[in-house]
Amino acid sequence: MMEEFMKKSRMDFRFSENDAGCANDVSRKTVADKDYRVPSGCGISGIMNEAGERFSGEAVMTSIALMRDRSNGLGGGFAAYGIYPDLASYYAFHLMCETEDARRQAEEYLKLSYTIMHDEPIPSREVKVITRSPILWRYFLKPREEALARNPLLGEEDLIAQTVMHINGQITDALVASSGKNMGIFKGVGYPEDIGEFYRLEEYKGYTWTAHGRFPTNSVAWWGGAHPFGLLDWSVVHNGEISSYGINRRYLQNFGYQCTFFTDTEVITYLVDLLSRKHRLPFEIVAKILAAPFWVDIERMPQEEKEFYQSLRMIYGSALLNGPFGVIVCNTETMLGLNDRLKLRPLVAARAGDFVYVASEESAIREICPQPDRVWMPRAGEPVIGRLRKDIPVADADADRPLASHQGLSAAIQNFDAASQGQSLRAAGQDVQADREVL
Amino acid sequence: MAKIPIVQDFIVDRDEDKCIHCQVCCRMCSNDAHTYDHETDRVSTDSQKCVGCHFCESFCPTDALTVRRNSSEIRQNASWKQEMLTWIAKQAETGGVLLTGMGCDQPYPIYWDHILLNASQVTNPSIDPLREPMELRTYLGQKPDRIELEDTKGTGGKVRLKTKIGNQLLLQTPILFSAMSYGSISLNACKSLAWAASEFGTFYNTGEGGLHRDLYPYGPNTIVQVASGRFGVHEEYLKAGAAIEIKIGQGAKPGIGGHLPGEKVNEEVSRTRMIPMGSDAISPAPHHDIYSIEDLRQLIYALKEATRYEKPVGVKISAVHNVAPIATGVVRAGADFVSIDGLRGGTGAAPTVIRNNVGIPIELAIAAVDSRLRQEGIRNHASIIAAGGFRTSGDIIKAIALGADAVYIGTSALVALGCHLCQKCYTGKCNWGIATQDPFLTKRLNPNIGARRLVNLLRAWSLEIKEMLGGMGINAVESLRGNREALRGVGLSDTDLHILGIKPAGEAW
Repeated sequence: MMEEFMKKSRMDFRFSENDAGCANDVSRKTVADKDYRVPSGCGISGIMNEAGERFSGEAVMTSIALMRDRSNGLGGGFAAYGIYPDLASYYAFHLMCETEDARRQAEEYLKLSYTIMHDEPIPSREVKVITRSPILWRYFLKPREEALARNPLLGEEDLIAQTVMHINGQITDALVASSGKNMGIFKGVGYPEDIGEFYRLEEYKGYTWTAHGRFPTNSVAWWGGAHPFGLLDWSVVHNGEISSYGINRRYLQNFGYQCTFFTDTEVITYLVDLLSRKHRLPFEIVAKILAAPFWVDIERMPQEEKEFYQSLRMIYGSALLNGPFGVIVCNTETMLGLNDRLKLRPLVAARAGDFVYVASEESAIREICPQPDRVWMPRAGEPVIGRLRKDIPVADADADRPLASHQGLSAAIQNFDAASQGQSLRAAGQDVQADREVL
Repeated sequence: MAKIPIVQDFIVDRDEDKCIHCQVCCRMCSNDAHTYDHETDRVSTDSQKCVGCHFCESFCPTDALTVRRNSSEIRQNASWKQEMLTWIAKQAETGGVLLTGMGCDQPYPIYWDHILLNASQVTNPSIDPLREPMELRTYLGQKPDRIELEDTKGTGGKVRLKTKIGNQLLLQTPILFSAMSYGSISLNACKSLAWAASEFGTFYNTGEGGLHRDLYPYGPNTIVQVASGRFGVHEEYLKAGAAIEIKIGQGAKPGIGGHLPGEKVNEEVSRTRMIPMGSDAISPAPHHDIYSIEDLRQLIYALKEATRYEKPVGVKISAVHNVAPIATGVVRAGADFVSIDGLRGGTGAAPTVIRNNVGIPIELAIAAVDSRLRQEGIRNHASIIAAGGFRTSGDIIKAIALGADAVYIGTSALVALGCHLCQKCYTGKCNWGIATQDPFLTKRLNPNIGARRLVNLLRAWSLEIKEMLGGMGINAVESLRGNREALRGVGLSDTDLHILGIKPAGEAW
């Protein structure tokens, strides 16, 4: 049924594309990117202050702007955490709507399950190169008791996820760009620095920022298709193409995820949500599922680790992300930088005091932090993880998140990772020791 | 009364200038097509007896023999084909059911030939399997939906798995040898399969023939079959294998049982199958203790009990119209793997009319079963092994992309051993020493050489699969499994595409 629906929606969009005739036709829609996967090359950058100190969006804009030739003006965007401290206990929904009617429909739908504590247009300024933009609106939502009581098996976050999937899948011309607490995603069609200026990001302060400049291979570009992709407090910026997309998407369908955007970032986000939130696995293990170690390396591990990784690969084989990628996945407490298992796309990391940096190019880091304490090239499949030390008062619901209770576990994984390090070395000439310390 | 002539299929040309009357052909042909006349010192050939196996041709020391199709035709037309006229003639003579061997040879669509694979260009790099790891390792068996970790407090901070995974079959390549029984094929053929499976790190399947004493050492690479006749099934047999397969149906003859003629039941076969020498071994059409799905569940668990839950238990069914719900039921009944045998699956003996008319192509069955198991959220609960007419590594990789975990090869393995598809397996006169128990013929198949040829085939196909995977920018087979985005259809109807779950060629993502 689901596949049928998708097929139908794909067909519809395809026809509309033909009708438009010219890809650059300005009468085209600005929001929807629901028809097919667009391969793209990209630049990504992420900054986190692990002490939770908030800083303006200017830094990340400067960083991504340096990598201008990694994007082609057809998509740019930012994710920011800690930007709504006064409304931190409400789910912040960033909506992109093609028409006022679509916005009203979405709003009516939201009212069914939530109390709207506050809503407003997302502030923007005129930027010369950005000629058209959709209606951009943000809602701060509190789930109603009766909505939660309707299905006692569903948690609050499941309700949010369902709401997002309903709006994205069922309400024409309306998309939810982000839906987490005390965070937001700002994206659109243009070079990332122009998008940042458009959204006045220098006026926001957050403790984690990620940015994305997009280089899609075709000229069809929608605001909704720009990165980051978000669900709940997850955000994903991604450079690459997932060759395993077909099976990743079908695997997610088993767990009720509807992939309505046909984008790689969407499946990455849902996979991380499934593994981390639903299966309660720590980020270190999630990384080892998404970019699994090779069997030859697993064979050389001590018995217990060997069985552990064998089990991971047996159970989560369909969640393996195959193909080239460099990705930055964030949630409220964490920033995860990860490369594919062969390191087919670039990713550099650095640390300076409380700051953790991840970017496609070293230059993008040095541009904003000329002398970091350490710069290194994470190896294939080795995660770079930034963790919030200070407990940011975001929301009560987040108190029992798996990550919080798994700190000891992470340390343990580091230990056995370190033990198997000698054998599992693949790429030569990389600073392994430095790599270890960040974990 | 006048009869429709039964036109011989082949003509054996003998170049009298080359023939040295050495009589090698006379000794080689198990069908007695060649005879030597002492008085005239000449060798002559009765082409009527030729089955087209080319054995004499390949052994003639002077290349004097050429086996070719007979171009003489009975008056036929688009409706009444020659073979049908011949069948009627034979049946009018004998009043019997026509028998045949090997898989369906009728011109039904072969979907593999209408499916094309993807490759990387620019936006994602292809991967060179000569320089990078390319992983074909496959585990077959039931897998949990998720992993759970033990509370780290009790383990001193060590990560421990709470989830325990049941026993799995570990394959170095997603290819296994299909069920072919000792009895239907020779012990040398069985040895070739067993040795090759052992050496390469995959499995062969005993079929319904029991396990010959000599093959017990290869138990770790053996899937032992339990079929409706229960031939050769005993506790030691069940424990000898790495996994057990309950055979419900076979692609070449869905809905009917098996028949090993008494002529093939010699002393060794008799001992292995636990039946009297010379008696026909007839497997009933149904298992007489399985009249519904709940009975199947009992048999699955009886076998698991008998082997202390140490071995995966699978169920083999033929691809029939209702294959998807049947497979779902089989998985829910507790099977660790489901083997699906398609229309073109081979056999040692089957009624021609059944082989040619019953069942559905494996391509559609894989797609339907994989989709249905996913819809029901139980795809992890069992592995799918597809069988029935895999001719090249291209067919195999497409089957995996459609959703199979691994494939069984039978006919192609026998072709590697010398089979020429003469389709006369049921006569027990196989010149190549495969489908026969005649010691004069079986000694023609040297199991050492046979095993080497099978290993070569597995290696060659695995290399080809790696090349194709790398071309798609994928370095682990699990990323292709069920990844139908890697496939596109050409010359297929919308309905075919819908059932296969693939897009037409030319359509992007």
